[in-house]
Amino acid sequence: MSVTKLFSIALGAILVNNFILVQFLGICPFMGVSKKMDTALGMGVAVIFVMGIASAATWLINEYLLVRLGLQYMQTVAFILVIAALVQLVEMFLQKAVPALYQALGIYLPLITTNCAVLGVALLNVQNSYNFIESVVYGVTGGIGFLVAICLFASVRERVDNCECPKSFEGFPIALISAGLLALAFMGFSGLRVF
Amino acid sequence: MNFKKQLREGLLTQNPVLVQLLGMCSTMAITTSLFNGLGMGLSVLVILVCSNVVISLLRKVIPSKIRIAAYIVIIAGFVTMVDLLMQAFLPDLSESLGVFIPLIVVNCIILGRAEAFASKHSVAASAVDGVTQGLGYTAALVVMCIIRELLGNGTFGGGVLSADGIRIIAEPYPALMMILPVGGFLTLGCLIAFSQWLIKKLDDKEKEAAAK
Repeated sequence: MSVTKLFSIALGAILVNNFILVQFLGICPFMGVSKKMDTALGMGVAVIFVMGIASAATWLINEYLLVRLGLQYMQTVAFILVIAALVQLVEMFLQKAVPALYQALGIYLPLITTNCAVLGVALLNVQNSYNFIESVVYGVTGGIGFLVAICLFASVRERVDNCECPKSFEGFPIALISAGLLALAFMGFSGLRVF
Repeated sequence: MNFKKQLREGLLTQNPVLVQLLGMCSTMAITTSLFNGLGMGLSVLVILVCSNVVISLLRKVIPSKIRIAAYIVIIAGFVTMVDLLMQAFLPDLSESLGVFIPLIVVNCIILGRAEAFASKHSVAASAVDGVTQGLGYTAALVVMCIIRELLGNGTFGGGVLSADGIRIIAEPYPALMMILPVGGFLTLGCLIAFSQWLIKKLDDKEKEAAAK
């Protein structure tokens, strides 16, 4: 395993294969909590946190439990349970240990259980047969990609809200169209490679 | 429960994708050919009906404090079954839908219907709700697929009518952009705007008829 490989995984997860704008994972929170910049920021940080921990935990579960026992077909069930339990644990831990951080992230944490990006990263780690460190790097940088996308989108949306647009497009449809333009901008990164 | 009314709600006025805005990840990600859209729509339909029925059967047994966790386990069970069946009998479809089949577990439509409908209604009503909502989801996917495939690839019915579909727009003209992620956002945005316009128009008509 080389640093170059880790760097290319990171670059891929943040820009080239951005979880939201290229792979369509985690659209619900992306559309749901991007109305204001500060909530978007909170959600983004919470996602980085959970995706990092979830990648580590699901990798260990898969390697030492499911593969050993020949239970790979239980992957989906096992992963979603691990993620749900993990989010709950993280929430309780933060509440006791770091109340300030809990105050900031509190409301976003439960929402993350049903974020497809988290389950998606766990499944993709297995599919790409990443090792432990690569999985964690992929999880954390995937979360950073989410943060970048949601913050960019929130600042666009704050301005779009002040503009006039056709009646039927008001609210959600115009937000989707602006997200489309953002995705178009991210297409510029495709083909970017580290050698 | 009136089947016709539920069907209308599922297909238009309470459409899971266009009005409730649920399950958008898969809606945008896999709608590049008719085959994918139909496959995804029907798998969600099957899972939705099964999980609705089971959750409705168990609604008096599951303690309300752990109900969400219980629902997720039930749904994940059905998703795994569909995933394995598809890998065995439809390997092509399984390949092209990829990670989005296991991700049906976190598709908000299914959990949403479990919480909002199946946990409060009888088994038969829940099954009907599963069918109508599933049909609404499938219909939205199919419309998205037809638009994106036609504009992006220039074909119709890829994978269903023939392997590559029937070519309608000649080779060099289709805008490739429409089957890339950008096209997903744009098409869904326009489709939601259209459905809002349609629903408003139908509402106005009904009001007019009532006033007369």
